[in-house]
Amino acid sequence: MTTNGPSPSPLSPLRLCFKAVVLFALANVIFAFLDPMPFLGRLSLYNTLVPGRARLPYGDNPAADYSLSPYSLEAMLASHEIAGTAPDANEYRILLIGDSSTWGFLLPPDQTLASALNEGGFRASDGRIVRAFNLGYPIMSLSKDLLLLDLALGSRPDLIVWLVTLESLPLDKQLYPPLLQHNAGRVRGLIDRYGLRLDPDDPRLANPSFWDRTIIGRRRDLADLWRLQLYGLLWAATRIDQDIPESYTPRMEDLPADPSFQNFGPTDLSPEDLAFDILAAGVERAGPIPLLIVNEPMFTSQGANSDIRYNFYYPRWAYDAYRGWMTETASAEGWLYLDLWDLIPPSEFTDSAIHYTPVGARMLASRIGEWIASGE
Amino acid sequence: MSLAQILIFAALGLLYQPLARRRGREWLLLAVSVLALYALQPASPVRHLDFWLPTASLGLAVLTWCATRMQEERDVAEPLRTFAGVAALVLLLTLTRDLGPAFRLTATRPPPFLAAVLALVILAVLSALALAARSRRALVGSAALFLIALFIILKSEPLATGASAFLRMQTGQRAELAAPLDLRWLGFSYIAFRLLHTLRDRLTGKLPSLTLREYLIYILFFPALAAGPIDRAERFAGDLRSPSPALAEGGARVAIGVFKKFVLADSLALLSLAPATVRQTTSPIWLWILLYAYAFRLYLDFSGYTDVAIGLGRLFGVRLPENFSRPYLRENLTAFWNSWHMTLAGWFRSYFFNPLTRALRSARRPVPAGLIVFLSTMSTMILIGLWHGITWNFAVWGAWHGAGLFIHNRWADLLKRRGIRLSPQGAGGRLAAIGGTILTFHFVTLGWAWFALPGLDLSWRLLLGLIGARP
Repeated sequence: MTTNGPSPSPLSPLRLCFKAVVLFALANVIFAFLDPMPFLGRLSLYNTLVPGRARLPYGDNPAADYSLSPYSLEAMLASHEIAGTAPDANEYRILLIGDSSTWGFLLPPDQTLASALNEGGFRASDGRIVRAFNLGYPIMSLSKDLLLLDLALGSRPDLIVWLVTLESLPLDKQLYPPLLQHNAGRVRGLIDRYGLRLDPDDPRLANPSFWDRTIIGRRRDLADLWRLQLYGLLWAATRIDQDIPESYTPRMEDLPADPSFQNFGPTDLSPEDLAFDILAAGVERAGPIPLLIVNEPMFTSQGANSDIRYNFYYPRWAYDAYRGWMTETASAEGWLYLDLWDLIPPSEFTDSAIHYTPVGARMLASRIGEWIASGE
Repeated sequence: MSLAQILIFAALGLLYQPLARRRGREWLLLAVSVLALYALQPASPVRHLDFWLPTASLGLAVLTWCATRMQEERDVAEPLRTFAGVAALVLLLTLTRDLGPAFRLTATRPPPFLAAVLALVILAVLSALALAARSRRALVGSAALFLIALFIILKSEPLATGASAFLRMQTGQRAELAAPLDLRWLGFSYIAFRLLHTLRDRLTGKLPSLTLREYLIYILFFPALAAGPIDRAERFAGDLRSPSPALAEGGARVAIGVFKKFVLADSLALLSLAPATVRQTTSPIWLWILLYAYAFRLYLDFSGYTDVAIGLGRLFGVRLPENFSRPYLRENLTAFWNSWHMTLAGWFRSYFFNPLTRALRSARRPVPAGLIVFLSTMSTMILIGLWHGITWNFAVWGAWHGAGLFIHNRWADLLKRRGIRLSPQGAGGRLAAIGGTILTFHFVTLGWAWFALPGLDLSWRLLLGLIGARP
């Protein structure tokens, strides 16, 4: 005997499409409510299947750099070698924070300041071996540095070295980086916590709508997370994370007879225009961990109009004033401070007034290494 | 095809369902195919070329139809109506010249209306001359030679650069900026092979009688424009005359194709073999990973596009032929070529390999069987290689497969002569099948070293690198 149950109804394409649309809409709503981007950012092939990156991912041309510039801070840090390296007892762990010179623009990852510190055989005053991690990021903004410092403190450093230059200090430059604008919640948290002189309602700080938080709204961020993992395989295969051209336009030697610094004329700039409060917030955030602020080396021109300007970035009056204010503030606040502005000779700079050669990186590492060894 | 274009075509497929068995459906398919021909054509730096190349595709299709039309056919009304309809569409496109880019279907601004009118008048005159030609055989032969010559120009970088320089001079542009990519002619490789197939079948009397409308839809069927498959006219015409659209089947196939192409293949594309990565990677293990990534990326990309084409075809009631059938799981190279780009391999088998083999077998001076197999296999595979582009790398890739197929043929022949046959159910048979699959996959994958890279030196460098011996 056979039993014939009801025959299955034929598949209705319209019903199928309708169900698919409803399910997709539901998934979007759930995604928007849960906001799993930070969690997804921490899921990473780096430090497991592929080695962690020697510096934070940044890419102007991802296909050649084998890297890109995601907005997810969690993903950036998860892809870094520091996320997979617990400090060992004999290690004196240093975090380097700064701009493109610290990150190592036009330098391979094994010739940056961090690499020079690691390969220099430096030891702390207690004999522990110096191990530096490159947490620089090629954007000139102290608020970006503070944001990264805030996140990276979980890696239990023994020392933080924060390399700064005047170009990163003007208050009106603090919120321009897209990385900050796409991490508006964290930036507002820092503004609120440390009373920073920045506007938490600045329109550049993104306020994602419900739609922006859906899968569709986050599609670029999701694609970036995925691409970052895939580029990890090429990073592992090639150890390349930046497409370095064989030739480049060298930093400007002959300068315009222009005495202005950004929007400031010779009498306009005052300490109030500079974000010393962000430096103070960094020191406060570091708490018991020593934080060394370094005025980073820069190129000093000997060419035309070098009596007016030091280089493309800085007129002499502005930079001299800045150095004076830095020294005064550091002294008044009790900050650890090194002014190394003229440490590297002009021949050791590459395409900009702050990008140095491997030789320049080693000279800077040597000076910082000496400071660490002295136990100051 | 971009994702957006695929979605638009799929939406059109949904709208087509109520019309699928009504009169006028052929007009709709023709109109969509003609418009898609222009919409999918990539932009060219040569002025108006992204309009003239699709127009040339149309012109070649019309003229080839004239050359292949049976002389005893007398119907004039249908071809005239079809020609008028297509011409109206082409002229309509030129009217978008003065509208903004958002209202244009072509990649750049189309040429003036009168230029298109002049081109269509020339096409009409040439068509009339072709229809009136007394020696149809000579006409068919000349058309085939012309198509092959055009194919060679487009596939050869120096010739394509020269052609671009010539075109640039006609448009008053700088000839020294000419580059082979200026002549990116959408789907020409596939269009030309469909045209050659109908020309050849006309000579052998196998080509069915097709109206101009049916012929144009066959040649320019939009799902198969960019990446095939290469259908046969008689099979296609059967579907066109009694369509059976399958919404669910077609939609599912499109979805599978989109996933394969845009998720899997595009992800693998980020890390698959490229000239830079070959130079930058020193570890053999990573070179193998990059090579595997390329092998799977190529398969997923191409078969994904084919899935989309077949799926869209099903939405419009046409069952396009399969082009892939688990090629990387085949136990030998012959089976691989029966399951990889099947319609191209079938085309070459029908129109080159079989005639050549027959000619060699019936030669006055007997040719040894082994030599016949070698010559026909090697020349067919080298031609398949050169179909992708006339470069040394593609020729070597073809020769690599030609040699592999020849060796497999001789090996299979030897086993047969010795009566050695392993039972597929037995342990030995299963082991041989697994071993054969692994060996075939790696032979094919190593062959991609010639296919993927632009120079023989780089391919050689990769092959040496895979065994840890860098030059």
